[in-house]
Amino acid sequence: MAEDARDTRATLALLAALAAAAAGAHALGEPFYVNMAARVAILAMAAAGLNLALGFGGMVSFGHAAFFGLGGYAAGVAAWHAANQIPLASWPVLVPGTDRMIVVWAAAAATGGLAALLIGALSLRTSGVQFIMITLAFAQMFYYFAISWPAYGGEDGLPIYLRNGIEGLDVYDPFTFFAICFVWLAATLAGTARIMRARFGAALTMARLSEARLASAGVDPFPVRLTAFALSGAVTAVAGALNADLNGFVGPSALSWKMSGELMAFVILGGVGRLGGPVAGAAAFVLLEHFLGAATERWVLVFGALLLGVTLFARGGLLGLLAGRARHG
Amino acid sequence: MSAALALEQALNGVQLGVMLFLAAAGLTLIFGVMGLINLAHGALFMTGAYACAFLTRETGSFWLGLAGGALAAAAAGAAVELLVVRRLYGRDHLDQVLATFALALIFSDAARWIFGPQPLWLDPPAALSGAVPLPGGGAYPAYRLAIIVAGLAAAAGLHALIARTRLGMRIRAGESDREMVAALGVNVALLYTAVFALGAGLAGFAGAMVGALRSVQADMGEPVLILAFVVIVIGGVGSVKGAFAGAMLVGVTDTMGRALLPALFARIWDPATAAGAGAAVASMLIYMLMAAVLVLRPKGLFPADG
Amino acid sequence: MAEAALRVEGLSKAFGGLVASDRVSLDLRAGEIHALIGPNGAGKSTLIGQIAGWIRPDAGRVLLAGRDVTRLSPARRARLGLGRTFQVSTLALPLSARRNAMIGALARAGGAWGFVRPLMRERALTEAADAALARVGLAARADTPAAELSHGERRRLELACALAGAPRALLLDEPLAGMGPEGAAQMTELLDALRREVPILLVEHDMDAVFRLADRITVLAMGRVIAHGPPAAIRADAAVRATYLGQDDQPEAADV
Repeated sequence: MAEDARDTRATLALLAALAAAAAGAHALGEPFYVNMAARVAILAMAAAGLNLALGFGGMVSFGHAAFFGLGGYAAGVAAWHAANQIPLASWPVLVPGTDRMIVVWAAAAATGGLAALLIGALSLRTSGVQFIMITLAFAQMFYYFAISWPAYGGEDGLPIYLRNGIEGLDVYDPFTFFAICFVWLAATLAGTARIMRARFGAALTMARLSEARLASAGVDPFPVRLTAFALSGAVTAVAGALNADLNGFVGPSALSWKMSGELMAFVILGGVGRLGGPVAGAAAFVLLEHFLGAATERWVLVFGALLLGVTLFARGGLLGLLAGRARHG
Repeated sequence: MSAALALEQALNGVQLGVMLFLAAAGLTLIFGVMGLINLAHGALFMTGAYACAFLTRETGSFWLGLAGGALAAAAAGAAVELLVVRRLYGRDHLDQVLATFALALIFSDAARWIFGPQPLWLDPPAALSGAVPLPGGGAYPAYRLAIIVAGLAAAAGLHALIARTRLGMRIRAGESDREMVAALGVNVALLYTAVFALGAGLAGFAGAMVGALRSVQADMGEPVLILAFVVIVIGGVGSVKGAFAGAMLVGVTDTMGRALLPALFARIWDPATAAGAGAAVASMLIYMLMAAVLVLRPKGLFPADG
Repeated sequence: MAEAALRVEGLSKAFGGLVASDRVSLDLRAGEIHALIGPNGAGKSTLIGQIAGWIRPDAGRVLLAGRDVTRLSPARRARLGLGRTFQVSTLALPLSARRNAMIGALARAGGAWGFVRPLMRERALTEAADAALARVGLAARADTPAAELSHGERRRLELACALAGAPRALLLDEPLAGMGPEGAAQMTELLDALRREVPILLVEHDMDAVFRLADRITVLAMGRVIAHGPPAAIRADAAVRATYLGQDDQPEAADV
């Protein structure tokens, strides 16, 4: 389909621009901007995870901070146990902490995916506003839990003194770390595109557009939605783990409702249901935050006003401007 | 736990419950009549608190501050409805969520801008600064008791308003059939503004009362918003009766959990662990309650649409 | 006698005090079109909802080829061979006619759990969809988004979606609604031929079409079956005449 092709081209162009910006900053010896590019890649990946549920599946989750934060805590907790040489669990089997990124990613994906499976199983019994309220409420549950549970820093959060590592890579080199995040982002987008073109994507699309038709064709919408929601949570959680490693810190703010709102804003700002939308949205946010945040103390106010303006007056998002009219009307 | 302490905690639970009801009633009315989800509702709660603190400081009268807080929130609600929310009725929930989330950010940052990053402190009025003796030997702060009474009175007033007045009749009609209301020649635009202002005013009234209990800060609205959502999901979206039941349930469960769980856990673990685990589990209790309701009655205890 | 493709036994459903279905029994046999008619509010939609699985009956059973499906979900019933169309269109408007029809074939050709191979390269799906589109005369419109089809074409696409699932019994809820005379004639002809492939339970307000198509007719009023039999007998039935003639909005149509 022509629209798909245009969407793909816009996405590839955005990825190329992001990679070029990071490479340029690296060549000019500006690690700060390389890290900024890594932040864009991570937030874009988290939002791309949300986009699978929200944009493609029509599930308006206001609780994806839960998965982002859980992924971050998975990284932080694993690293804390490794650094302090205290096993994570001693029964029924001894589970030591770990500082290996690959294990951390798997743990983050499993934690986020499992949490999404549980939250999804409960909240997908409802729809509409109830779904929004419930996802938000459950995310907030993790937030309050993180604040009141003193073992991993409570309100102060958990520092990660040594970044988790991968054999053979210098993860402290900003460009190497950016490359890791970038590969994750690209893989997420490619995987999403692939899934959405396959049977599962067709069923998910139909669950969004016409649930009754899908059920009448013999496919239960609930497990399709739940699977998409769990996948979505797992992806966002891996992004959360990367974010914790980038910042050397994970705290309750990663779980807060503002985080959920921001992730949602990236998806909408970029263009709902568009593959590259989250990249455009995250990049715009990070750039605005950097330049406007330097210019005014009232960055939050300005961001709120921008978000309000875009929501009210510019439907279709940034990619809508880049790649033509809004998808799916 | 002694009987007096238990009674005190139960009263605290009811006090939290009536506050939550005042916040949730507006949310659920606004959804019931206009089909709108409003994430800026917590910001209106905060507006009431700031207006009350400001007016009390300027005029020296808490009562003027209290009335001003409710009115300021209602006015802010009306303004928000006229300028922004009006454009969102026909939109999908996604746009509503995003736009009202943006409003919440704007309100809280504006409050920080105007009143500074430090919290404001507001004292309860002198007449209510004492304590009331409780049966069984304890004593309970008069101001908290007054909140309970005021909250219950507001709930009764709201009930009478919806059941007995012309505005209430239109609200009920709007809940059951939106097109019908317009067809009957009711000025729908005015009705919507009135409902939004009413909901905002109730939230502002609650905010003003809570302000004197704790401190007044820019982000005080967000936990209230979340709890109000839990209340609404438990009670049934769009149902004022459900909001009342849900609010009481959440208020009492949360308060009792925080009071009882650490003590309960202390019988199993050492005091430090028990305190931490108790607080953490207590913070999750109402969400477990919500999950249980979702499993048993996905539409809430009092579903509005039967 | 061979097992009925679809059998309904004593279905009852009340909403509060309102009895929407009152011990309704009927069956659908191979090769036939069985029409379900009745004035507005007679309980046709509630009955269809219970047969398809969207509404849970208070009492009674639904049997699909002899198998009790009363407690199964709509999707399970569809997988067991119950196809349906809706009174109000359920097409995915942004998607092409072919994509819509392919969804119809999804469960029969392996289900939703494919994450890798592109849909358009799934031969089983494209072939089933194209065959169904050809069957309803929409082969030339396969790549057109449903939104751009005419009303009559959309009704036929709905039918194609159901046919793509190779149903063993078909529930059609007012397939002629809103159609002009030409579209109605086309659809009537299509249904007439279709009965040899799959038996059809037809809910329809167009009495011309009903009396032309139906092998048997069941008349529902106030949730109850008031008459049942071949078209000629129904036309002569006093109870039916009373029910329809008593209705202002259903004048001579039943009287043809």
